[in-house]
Amino acid sequence: MKRVYPNKDVCIGCHICELACITAHSKSKDLILAYTVERGQNGLSSCKHVHEAGPVCVALSCRHCDEPACVAACISGALRKDPETGRTVYDREKCVGCWSCLMACPYGAIARHPLEPKIVKCDLCHDRPGGPACVAACPNQALKQEER
Amino acid sequence: MTYVIIGNGVASLGAIEGIRRVDQKGKIVIVSAEDVTTYGRPLISYLLAGKIGPERLALRGPEYYEQNNVELKLGTTVTALDTAKKTVTTDKGETVAYDRLLIATGGVPFVPPIPGVKGEDIYSFTTLAHAKTLIELSAKIKRAVVIGGGLIGLKAAESLHDRGVSVTIVELAPRILSGGFDEKAGKLAGNRLKNVGIEVNCGVTAKEIQRGKNGRVKGVLLTDGRFLECDVVVVAIGVVPASSLAKEAGVKVERGIIVDDKLMTSAKDVYAAGDVAQAKDQLTGEHRVVPIWPNAYNQGFASGRNMAGAKQPYQGGLPMNSISFYGLPTVSVGMVNPPEADKNYDVIAQLDEAKETYRKLVFHEGKLVGYVLVGDIDKAGMYTAFIKFEMKLDDKAKDELVNAGPEVFLWPPELFNQTWNPEPAKAAR
Repeated sequence: MKRVYPNKDVCIGCHICELACITAHSKSKDLILAYTVERGQNGLSSCKHVHEAGPVCVALSCRHCDEPACVAACISGALRKDPETGRTVYDREKCVGCWSCLMACPYGAIARHPLEPKIVKCDLCHDRPGGPACVAACPNQALKQEER
Repeated sequence: MTYVIIGNGVASLGAIEGIRRVDQKGKIVIVSAEDVTTYGRPLISYLLAGKIGPERLALRGPEYYEQNNVELKLGTTVTALDTAKKTVTTDKGETVAYDRLLIATGGVPFVPPIPGVKGEDIYSFTTLAHAKTLIELSAKIKRAVVIGGGLIGLKAAESLHDRGVSVTIVELAPRILSGGFDEKAGKLAGNRLKNVGIEVNCGVTAKEIQRGKNGRVKGVLLTDGRFLECDVVVVAIGVVPASSLAKEAGVKVERGIIVDDKLMTSAKDVYAAGDVAQAKDQLTGEHRVVPIWPNAYNQGFASGRNMAGAKQPYQGGLPMNSISFYGLPTVSVGMVNPPEADKNYDVIAQLDEAKETYRKLVFHEGKLVGYVLVGDIDKAGMYTAFIKFEMKLDDKAKDELVNAGPEVFLWPPELFNQTWNPEPAKAAR
């Protein structure tokens, strides 16, 4: 399957991927509304997180592992592997907010939703034409979606 | 190839998914005493608390078993196993032949021999049936005593309290959550329970369960002489492996069923996984029974793959628990209570009682081997990485981990690259 691979050597830490992510997952699909309104009102937050250490930075999110620790740990069946697409899929309705996935994922790719007992995790923008918004928005090709 | 799986908990589900990674055709037959498809067992506390309805319990969708070509024999107990003939016999008089068998019968509640414990009004809390019984009961009763201050006991107490029952917990150990958590984490969790009105008594246990002339429970006499009036008693001391079937069939059993690195038991083509198995622990390399959810799934998955012929060893389990008490999240992973006298362990603990946050990191020979987080748990997974991948930390890296948190740049460069931006041939998936 095609996964998103971040390259720390060319990442410039601009956080544009995070903004693209919240826009893609917003109701309005508008950057300004997503940032100024939905973030505060609905707890809209990015699945992507830029990690920085001095001059080095990298934008990380769910790796859609072949054998995900989050799926093994999920007590509600909200997380499972889609055998057809290979994605690690999340069913928000089933989630009870036990945080087992957040504990089990060694990639730190799962976050608590700020307002509800739900998680925030990359869905590879599966219903977005053109693929993941973060990859499309990256100004320096530090994020690539490809088969490896 | 016919795979027969006894039990339908999460280990069984993991096994289906493990088998199907390797073998899409073989027939899978599940024989389960419980009359329901696999459900999120820990969700029974959410159900009892009224936080979710029964429609949210199923771990996979209704089409799952058909899609995976799984035949279900629910409400059916396996009464005998013949490892020579490779058959199991059920309580319905049926004999089922297997090529590969998985024993995933889980655990059964341990009920200590307290005087008065046998009879009416004594309940366990490990199955959906138990939860349904307690839901019905909660409308009729006023007071309950929960014996056991571990995860099951505390969740039973919290859920019953949410149903309007007045609950008292008694725990023999000097603190609650003595298994996976430490004193300070236990205290923070205990305070939450006390604040909502759940009484927590540590260092005592039930000496006798007293009954009236009609045989119904009147209350619990404690070892310190106090008497707690109650209508029902929930015994939640722990679970013991449901290994009698294996034992009777001559399969080697210690505390749990002994398995090798492919989860095969002493009997050829018979495997075991989950709470019934005594499987490898990643950190110590020892074989132990660690009845926790992710281990059960992972053992099921590994056994499934190996039953289907993949020859991939089980990498070993890591104890881990994530659980919230009235909104206070707690996480505990790995070795959290190292032997106090052992100078090779270095423990760093920071408690903020006002903020209800706690962080404890346990290092051993330059590696993180365990941690506890209360309140602020957002970086839990990144701490888990250091334990799971057994990353060696020099003094500088350890300082950074302690002071700045578990940053991904502390990873060894090879692991970082292989994980996040691998050469196509080296991709770790």
